[in-house]
Amino acid sequence: MLDIQTQLFEAQDIRLGPIDHDTHPEIESKWTHDAEFMRLMELKPVRPLSPAMVKKQYESIEKEMDEQKNLFYFTVRARGDDHLIGKAAIEWIDWTNGNGWLRLGLGAAEDRRKGFGSQVLKLLLRYAFAELNLYRVTAMVPEYNEGAIRLFQKFGFMEEIRRRQALQRDGRTWDLLTFGLLRPEWEEQAKSHE
Amino acid sequence: MKDIYRGKLVRLAVEAPEVMTKAHARWERDTEFHRLADGDPAQLWSEKKIREWIEKEMEDDPLRALRFSIRTLNDDKLIGFVGLRPDWIHADAWIGIGIGEREYWGKGYGTDAMRLIVQYAFLEANLRRVTLGLHSYNARALKSYEKVGFKLEGVLRSDTLREGRRTDGIYMGLLREEWQALQGVAA
Repeated sequence: MLDIQTQLFEAQDIRLGPIDHDTHPEIESKWTHDAEFMRLMELKPVRPLSPAMVKKQYESIEKEMDEQKNLFYFTVRARGDDHLIGKAAIEWIDWTNGNGWLRLGLGAAEDRRKGFGSQVLKLLLRYAFAELNLYRVTAMVPEYNEGAIRLFQKFGFMEEIRRRQALQRDGRTWDLLTFGLLRPEWEEQAKSHE
Repeated sequence: MKDIYRGKLVRLAVEAPEVMTKAHARWERDTEFHRLADGDPAQLWSEKKIREWIEKEMEDDPLRALRFSIRTLNDDKLIGFVGLRPDWIHADAWIGIGIGEREYWGKGYGTDAMRLIVQYAFLEANLRRVTLGLHSYNARALKSYEKVGFKLEGVLRSDTLREGRRTDGIYMGLLREEWQALQGVAA
């Protein structure tokens, strides 16, 4: 049966939503003052961003989504009160070969360790494979981001590349890992969960 | 000090925009070359457009990308290009290379150019490591990169769809210490 009833943006405790240019810059600006969170998310040197700088980023994200058609960006909201929890994206989409890169992060410390990350990733995968019709998704993770590694492994991602000592942080080097999941592997999982 | 632009078969050079434009326009009509070098669909662009890109690249901040043409030492023929895209923060760089002239394939010219760009990365740009990717069906490139000392770091499974078949992307890296150890053996 063709399933168009299942809502693509709704999970048990969270939902995917659009950017809110009025209220989100203030909140995300606060997240950027959390150096630990930012260093898990970003490979470039991190720095705090003002609400105005975040607002500019949002504008360029939506411009890229509109003009390049190879970026799908979502905000993550709590289903209860709709407050902003995090962000999720499928980026650098290569349509010819059916590849996309995943990114997700939960900004507020009080919203972590509640299983929200799994709910976001489950929605992202369904969106990538069943809506965008991609063949494979990839995620790049520094070896020190143990939470992300556990999450991708839980969803059956395979560690595909280990770029040795590709990062330097805190005065030492770290490997940069790439995880991949193929559509047939995701379909197998989806079947076993039915 | 040694001449870091000069190898055994080729040298690193730079071309006038019109020379590089003509060469690229010709190379890009060779779809086998394109499909070995790239993952995007083969496409044809006007010389005007290609020249605009080349001129823009030449004006680019050299810290963003370091690009060279490849010329043979014996008859000074322009045969390809090679470049580095450094990530200065982590001291790593992506390397890209293409030998557009088919009669120079499989004869050591590309390997020689790769040796020069790797040496440049470590001795001039002071990077810690270099990275590259290739299609799994490009056996000649794999052999060449192994010869230079690159080590396999992983495989992006089924990342390319060519002629209806899924093929893998191969990723390799070379650390400065590994490269230095190889130079010791050679000397």
